[in-house]
Amino acid sequence: MKNAPFLRSYTLFYLLFLYGPILLLPIFAFNDSRVVAFPLQGFTTQWFAEMAADQNLRNAAKNSLIIALSVASISTVLGIFAARASVRYRFPGKGPILGMVMLPLVLPEMIVAMALLVVLLSIGIPLSLFTVILGQVLICTPFAVAILTSAFQSLDRSLEEAALDLGETPLSTFRLIVLPLVMPGIMASFLICFTISFDEFIIANFLGSGQPILSVYIFGQFRFPAKVPSMLALGTVLVLFSIILLGFAEYMRRRGIAKAGGKDSGGFL
Amino acid sequence: MAQIPSAEARAGLKLISPTAIYVILLLAVPLATVLVYSILTGSRGNVSLPITGENYAELWSRPVYGYIMLKSLLVALTVTFITVMLAYPVAYFVSFHVKPERKSLWLFLITIPFWTSYIIRVSLWFVILGYDGVVDSTLMSLGFMDTQLNIASYSILSIIIVLAHAYAPFAVLPIFVSLEKVDRSLLEAGQDLGESRWSTFLRVTLPLSMPGVIAAALIVFIPTVGDYVTPELVGDGKEPMIANLIETQLLKLANFAQGSAFAVASMLMVGIVSVVFVLLNRRFIGGQK
Repeated sequence: MKNAPFLRSYTLFYLLFLYGPILLLPIFAFNDSRVVAFPLQGFTTQWFAEMAADQNLRNAAKNSLIIALSVASISTVLGIFAARASVRYRFPGKGPILGMVMLPLVLPEMIVAMALLVVLLSIGIPLSLFTVILGQVLICTPFAVAILTSAFQSLDRSLEEAALDLGETPLSTFRLIVLPLVMPGIMASFLICFTISFDEFIIANFLGSGQPILSVYIFGQFRFPAKVPSMLALGTVLVLFSIILLGFAEYMRRRGIAKAGGKDSGGFL
Repeated sequence: MAQIPSAEARAGLKLISPTAIYVILLLAVPLATVLVYSILTGSRGNVSLPITGENYAELWSRPVYGYIMLKSLLVALTVTFITVMLAYPVAYFVSFHVKPERKSLWLFLITIPFWTSYIIRVSLWFVILGYDGVVDSTLMSLGFMDTQLNIASYSILSIIIVLAHAYAPFAVLPIFVSLEKVDRSLLEAGQDLGESRWSTFLRVTLPLSMPGVIAAALIVFIPTVGDYVTPELVGDGKEPMIANLIETQLLKLANFAQGSAFAVASMLMVGIVSVVFVLLNRRFIGGQK
């Protein structure tokens, strides 16, 4: 069962299929033609210049950054509470509460967005970047809980007990012992939530009241053929950005596992 | 059962309370509100008493609702089937033919595309499949075609292609996890007892990995059936699916009661299909004893 030339080449084809569209991004982002089609017309950086000069796009990017940083922080903090409670304690209602927290994973996002929207409209809360943050935290928290639960699980309980025996308070034990050990998990959770929020469209579109947000802006621009090349340039930048963030998150996750003395058993989730 | 919660229970509840309160206020309450709205009398931008079953009767009597639900269901099931079939050999390869220390690298490679902007990926397909897009221009400049194919004009077909691509990495992971759990000595036993490699796969590996297959199907099916962006962008809005109809009802027509009823009915449909998947899974797990 060692070499399997057929399976190997199938898997490589599959990867090519997965990456195909993304590989087209840089190709056409540097192509000197407004029409996205082969054959290529020559090299240009004009689309990147056009992208950088777009004031609306800068606004949208700024808003997206504000949202993503807030969502990542809030989700990670909520995730720490839930993950710590679920790993460390037994309490009544644990199953239903965690089920509710994880529910957005198995609910179409549109339903989450619309349910929240109906309530916000009914009680008269105006839509803003703030309402987008409220909604996206719901979507990101399950990912934070999943990552942080495994971080807390790999924590050696006796280290905490030792600190308590040596006269530390529960709070200082948490700060001095637990927090440094789960820090890589916290970082990974923050980065994953940031990435999800930054890319998220449904909630940004429906709870954002038309404020410029990057994903919504991209969605709108692709309808104008003249705007497509600068969007491809933007896409190239975003994909690079995501890959760097994820590479870093994966590195953090592995370091966390190594620190806690565990064995690596696969990727995220 | 103890009447007074123990110190441990209190500490646990206290710790989880911020998260619990957040999801109750922003998820449980809104979902309950939708449920209540769906049985109230609706007018434009408002709902009022009395309680009525009219919204659901309306869903039943107007064929367009049933049509869109059925279409979304069929598209999502097709996408699920394609995705799982394409993903299985990949998961099998990584689990059985990749050195243990290289596995997480392969998985990382497979999951990266999923983490890159969904909007960009879907929009790219619009450029690839559209009139005079990448597919058309490639085929024409190579001389295979002399007119544009314009695949994007075949809405349902292009929706299926794009969704199958968008959710592909989702399917690999759960199948991989279940294949990893397959006891390798069972396979040797099968072959020692004279089974061929293929029949060992069919009679041992495949049944043992079914829980992963079902989980993969569920993970792909749920977001696909509720997808909003792809029908809007690739299908040119000509073939709305559930999410697009919910948007029309709730936002464009501001018909909260009717929109809520449709949302509840869709959730019910997703729920029923999911339960069927889970029951199938039970059967397979039960069969392993």
